[in-house]
Amino acid sequence: MREMISFILMGIGVAFNLLGCIGLIRLPDLYNRLQASTKCVTLGTIFIMVGVLVYSGWNAIGIKALLTLVFILITAPTAAHALARGAHKSGVKLWKKSVCDKYEEEKK
Amino acid sequence: MKRFTLFLALFIIWLLLVYNRPYDTVAFKQNLFIGFIVSLFIGIYLGDLIPERVYKFYSPVRIFNFLIYLPVFFWYVILANLDVAYRVLHPRLPIRPGIVKVKTKIKSDTGRVALANSITLTPGTLSVDMVGDTIFVHWIYVRSEDVEEATKIIVKRFERYLMKIFD
Repeated sequence: MREMISFILMGIGVAFNLLGCIGLIRLPDLYNRLQASTKCVTLGTIFIMVGVLVYSGWNAIGIKALLTLVFILITAPTAAHALARGAHKSGVKLWKKSVCDKYEEEKK
Repeated sequence: MKRFTLFLALFIIWLLLVYNRPYDTVAFKQNLFIGFIVSLFIGIYLGDLIPERVYKFYSPVRIFNFLIYLPVFFWYVILANLDVAYRVLHPRLPIRPGIVKVKTKIKSDTGRVALANSITLTPGTLSVDMVGDTIFVHWIYVRSEDVEEATKIIVKRFERYLMKIFD
């Protein structure tokens, strides 16, 4: 029963990771791609880690999975912010159909 | 206080990392000893990196508010993922991206960082940069270019929780 639950959780996680990868291919520019990859990969990895925790129980492996989960939750959005900011500063353009860019206006 | 907080945080993380049963082996005691020494030194020398007014972290009311915030946050994270799934799998890609400007009323730096990270992980938004109380947000489907309107949609859903935790 516990194995079953953990496999279902890991399956959901892998499915979300897959969605993130599809987004990475289909969306048009860097910022949109960052959106898809950050969100889906974060939640997907959280699900996989919870799956590991359920599978192995409250022992050395499970606690390391829990710690990984917390650190990913803190670092993934920070890394996304750093990438987006760095890309914008070094002149990566938004998609041509984007409606507005207040950040560009602010820089002038 | 700052130094003690850093020491405590590092030591707890170390304890979780080396957690292993049974407790009374020599290796576990060695781990415990080394971890204590190292986190003590780092705590003393790098304690200044911890934000001012760190006593806020010990307030039970704030911890309680944080526990209330967690389910709200996870709910929005799951919504965000379903939103991305919808946009990515839709044949015509229903996106209308742009970078908008929002204002926040949160004063403390830690609170602003938490807000920016929450914005990144929630539906359709990605915080690009923060200048003072202004956050530039990349929005995958821009519903309003106006600062007030965008603030109402993006920031307000977290602000009242985060203000209770960090301000």
